[in-house]
Amino acid sequence: MAFNLTVNGESRIADVDGDTPLLWVLRDTLGLVGAKYGCGAALCGACTVHLDGIPVRACVTPISGVGEQKVTTIEGVGKTAVGAKVQAAWKAVDTPQCGYCQAGQIMSATALLATTPKPTDEEIDAAMNGNLCRCATYIRIKKAIKVAAGLEKA
Amino acid sequence: MDGEILRDPTRRFVLQSGAAVGGGLLLSFTMSSESQAAGDTKVNAYVRIASDGKVTIASKVPEVGQGIKTALPMLIAEELDVDWSAVTVEQAIADTKVYGRQVAGGSMATTLEYDGLRRVGATVRALLIAAAAARWNVPADSLKTEAGFVVDAAGKRRASYGELAQAAAALTPPDPKSLTLKDPKAFRIIGKSHKSQNLDAIVTGQPTYGIDVRLPGMLFAAFAKAPVYGAKVASVDLAPAKAVKGVRDAFIIEGGTNLQGLLPGVAVVADSWWAARKGREALQIQWAEHPTARQSTAGFAAKAAELAAAPPHRNLHNDGDVEAALKGAAKTVSAAYSYPFIAHAALEPQNCTAHVKDGKVEIWAPTQNPESGRALVARSLNIDPSAITIHLIRGGGGFGRRLMNDYMVEAAAIAAKVNAPVQLIWTREDDMQHDFYRPGGWHNLTAGLDAKGGLTAWKNHFITFGEGETFNTAAAMNATQFPCRAVANYRHDVSVMPLGFPTGFLRAPGNNAFGFVIQSFTDELALAAGKDPVAFRRELLGEPRLLGEPGKGDSFHTGRMRGVLDLAAEMSGWGRKVPKGTGLGVACHYSHLGYVAVVMQVTVKDGAVKVDKVWAAADVGRQIVNPSGADQQMQGSILDAIGSTLYQSITFENGAAVNSNFGDFPLLRMADAPPVEVRYKLSDNNPTGLGEPAYPPAPAALCNAIFAATGKRIRSLPIGDQLA
Repeated sequence: MAFNLTVNGESRIADVDGDTPLLWVLRDTLGLVGAKYGCGAALCGACTVHLDGIPVRACVTPISGVGEQKVTTIEGVGKTAVGAKVQAAWKAVDTPQCGYCQAGQIMSATALLATTPKPTDEEIDAAMNGNLCRCATYIRIKKAIKVAAGLEKA
Repeated sequence: MDGEILRDPTRRFVLQSGAAVGGGLLLSFTMSSESQAAGDTKVNAYVRIASDGKVTIASKVPEVGQGIKTALPMLIAEELDVDWSAVTVEQAIADTKVYGRQVAGGSMATTLEYDGLRRVGATVRALLIAAAAARWNVPADSLKTEAGFVVDAAGKRRASYGELAQAAAALTPPDPKSLTLKDPKAFRIIGKSHKSQNLDAIVTGQPTYGIDVRLPGMLFAAFAKAPVYGAKVASVDLAPAKAVKGVRDAFIIEGGTNLQGLLPGVAVVADSWWAARKGREALQIQWAEHPTARQSTAGFAAKAAELAAAPPHRNLHNDGDVEAALKGAAKTVSAAYSYPFIAHAALEPQNCTAHVKDGKVEIWAPTQNPESGRALVARSLNIDPSAITIHLIRGGGGFGRRLMNDYMVEAAAIAAKVNAPVQLIWTREDDMQHDFYRPGGWHNLTAGLDAKGGLTAWKNHFITFGEGETFNTAAAMNATQFPCRAVANYRHDVSVMPLGFPTGFLRAPGNNAFGFVIQSFTDELALAAGKDPVAFRRELLGEPRLLGEPGKGDSFHTGRMRGVLDLAAEMSGWGRKVPKGTGLGVACHYSHLGYVAVVMQVTVKDGAVKVDKVWAAADVGRQIVNPSGADQQMQGSILDAIGSTLYQSITFENGAAVNSNFGDFPLLRMADAPPVEVRYKLSDNNPTGLGEPAYPPAPAALCNAIFAATGKRIRSLPIGDQLA
């Protein structure tokens, strides 16, 4: 069936089964490949997107459950002031190794800083704990979050 | 740099001729039509120069997060003498006839390319100078370069590389070996930190990875294989899969018996990957009986115990007389160490896109080893290797998994049955259960100490996987590994058992486990000798000297190891007092031509380990090419090792892996990732790679720190709940 979605501020229509995860609607139907498939079970966070600003795992979010909620993906998060700051910090710190998890990391970090502009180390750990980085570039991820928050310099 | 895949999937460094010129480094001085159209002049296979002076440099080795796509072009840019800001990097296509070795493995790219790629840059620079000399009718040696310009000595005349490129491309290149390379003191690019390639695309979510490849009319595939490696399809009902909305086709792939090649399975092809996956789940497959279906982790352990109690199958190295030395020793120490199978678990599941058309195959693959994939596809599809084009796509992690090309041959075999490009994506479960695992192993060690606490004898009975004199991949141990040659009496014995599924190279293969065993046991010996762990290692290393033959892979310089050991000890404040429940552990190990020492501080509370901090020192020669990337590899290797040491084990039952996802095969998370301070000990040796050598000492440094904190010796990995 057809689902009316708002993705990165644009109206989009996806004609898919209601149990199709948002991740695959984004990737295969709408052509937005920034959110990544890593586990399919909400264990790695590579697929993280925002629904009304709240980070969710798109791989286990059925499209039928999205409803009116506004979807923001890595492709659109730079339009927000916080998202742009996070992306800039990520580059300044030269954060990625392989980079595959980074879209999800940036989405989680942006959601954190939107509600907690000056997070403590513990708050960063808690907010980012659902995002795996197999290359383990965690030291730079944490640094980039602090740079985006204005707590440290790149 | 951005959106490299979507911009033009066919754009690449096309070669106009196969004739090698100048020692095989430079090829083809014809401009390709696409380059002309873009206003670029292709000076050689590595360098294109646009009329505005912008330079495009090809990176030959696949990028899987090791940062080579920055480091190798930096070598060319340095000697070419351009500003790094004027450089755009493109991934070269897979073509060993042009580029030579194109493997992301063995930490070998820096080692092998450091000189040659600088000469590529120097050759292009020499051609540009020659073009200016001809234009101005002056001797070439009266000219020099300044960041993208050729200038005469008086500084009166000046021509940009962009102006000179076409004329330069028409000249005959000099012998690269005849060129003088820059004095390292004059480096402007090498030795300074430069950022990852594709950074803009990565942070904005533009197509970058294998699973992001999109081609007109492309379909998606899922592929079901037997849980037991190599089992055939006994029967399958394809109808329920074909009934799933979006599914185009479902069919059996016969496959073969080579565990590293195309295995039997059932493919489902659909309009979207979700539909393909749903179709695959609807399949009713009966797998045939298979001879290895009884193998299990428990069975391997029982067999290892049986082999350990029996005389070794073979002796692989014997210095002096270990048994006599042990009889005469003031003290002997025996311990049995073991470690499990582990998976690579790169975050991007295996995938590959293939298009088979008119007898040709075009492949877009996140592979670390394209030529091996080409050979595999050619054999399996019975086509000539030259009919296969392989585009190298940035891999979402590699760690050695993508040295294998099973996903590539599967994609090609499926695409051969479909009249469209096909993207095969494995599920996470496929990836976890069809890996080429780091093999488990068992070591039975005994050592002797004299009255002064000096090491007099060392023997190891290593139980591993193989048959007869053949070892499974990554299951062999270098028989002359340190402390061989540093101790008068040394034996390395081995016994093997057969294994029904494939093993493979995982970051610092072999050494990632042997470092744990050797450096943990060394700590036990220091304790038995009543010596400080750093002091005991210093004594064992002794005077600076080379052990083994110069140039041989197993040669080992005690002085270089002493250098990093001392540096790591100094960085960590080794010997300082720490609170109860906290401990410092040290380990040092040589692998992949790199010497690395690691000190860890841990705190153990209520059975839980917290790594407070890590200090690491490395000697990989006289030059760190890209410090930012080097630090990433050092820190990443060490954190990778901490995660595997703490948590990871693949368990087999009934011939198949039980683990399926990150729930039962955990990766390190941010809260458990300590700060890692890194320093380099520069030595007058050729620069070597850093993708791997920091991993092997880390597990032992962690376990030795746990011992210092608790008195509990970890002899079997993972640590798991052993401290509870």
